[in-house]
Amino acid sequence: MKILIVDDFSTMRRIVKNLLKDLGFTNTVEADDGRTALPLLEKGNIDFLVTDWNMPGMTGIDLLKAVRANPALANLPVLMVTAEAKREQIIMAAQAGVNGYVIKPFTAATLKEKIEKIFERIDS
Amino acid sequence: MTTKDLLGLSKDLVAALERGDEAVADVLLDELAGLRETQLFKEIGRLTRQLHDTMISFSVDAQITSLTETEIPDAKERLQYVITMTEQAADQTLTAVENLLPISQDLNDQSALLSGKWSRFLDREMPLEEFKAMTAEITQHFEQSKGGLEQMQLGLNDILMAQGFQDITGQIIRRVIDLVQELENSLVKLISIAGGRVGGGVAAVKHHELPGPVVPGVDDRSGDVAHNQVDVDDLLSSLGF
Repeated sequence: MKILIVDDFSTMRRIVKNLLKDLGFTNTVEADDGRTALPLLEKGNIDFLVTDWNMPGMTGIDLLKAVRANPALANLPVLMVTAEAKREQIIMAAQAGVNGYVIKPFTAATLKEKIEKIFERIDS
Repeated sequence: MTTKDLLGLSKDLVAALERGDEAVADVLLDELAGLRETQLFKEIGRLTRQLHDTMISFSVDAQITSLTETEIPDAKERLQYVITMTEQAADQTLTAVENLLPISQDLNDQSALLSGKWSRFLDREMPLEEFKAMTAEITQHFEQSKGGLEQMQLGLNDILMAQGFQDITGQIIRRVIDLVQELENSLVKLISIAGGRVGGGVAAVKHHELPGPVVPGVDDRSGDVAHNQVDVDDLLSSLGF
């Protein structure tokens, strides 16, 4: 299981990376915005994407749309972890095909719960 | 055009009319009318410029009014929230460290004690009764280590999560910096209108397209934001998630 973590703040990437490690996911790669993330995704072998929304260059929502528009990536599970909390934004992300939405600041338990839920749905 | 010119032309005109020299009178009349028109256009031009400048200063005024009336107080609340968040993070970290240090110290002391006893046992200097006591102590030490390390794991996770403040406060501070930039630009514009001497173009202010982190009391006034994960989950489940 290889996971790509995308956030423009390196502290947040480290937090997510460490939480994932705690959950048993040790194989992670990082990118600081959608533009650097997309080539990594297109190269293949990423199984799960955790992304922020508000990033310079290419935002998380644009990254999500690009992922869903690419037939090779269309089914990639995507979890959004973001401070964006407007209702219309959450709806927009849902419509764009996000698999989970966590708002910052979040707890380790929340992240764990959402990730487990996503994998449960994939397995079933 | 001066009054003198006008007066001169007028006198010439009267003289020509008195002489009955219509040709000269016509030329002079045209000249006078021309002068009058030029004057009128100049005046209209001046008024138009003045109006334009006034309009610009009105819009700058409105900009500054909105900045001072709403955005500056908002910025103060945002910065206040940054202080609150950094304080919480520091508290959370310090609390975890204060809880973990005695656990670590206890386990360290126990290890040192048992290690000394173990050496004596290996050197065959330990009587059987003391050995029996030591095995009980070792069993106890394992149990305590397990409990202590579990607590340390939790505490370290607390410290990890506390660092999330940097992302949120960073985003908030960036917005306040942009606001200061906007205020500066408005002031520069105002000065240039008043004195007309400040050179250089006014840099465009970068406007955030995204609302960013919700600052309590500032961004949740309109009621269209999710306050916590429960709100998000409720909204998503109402959408069939």
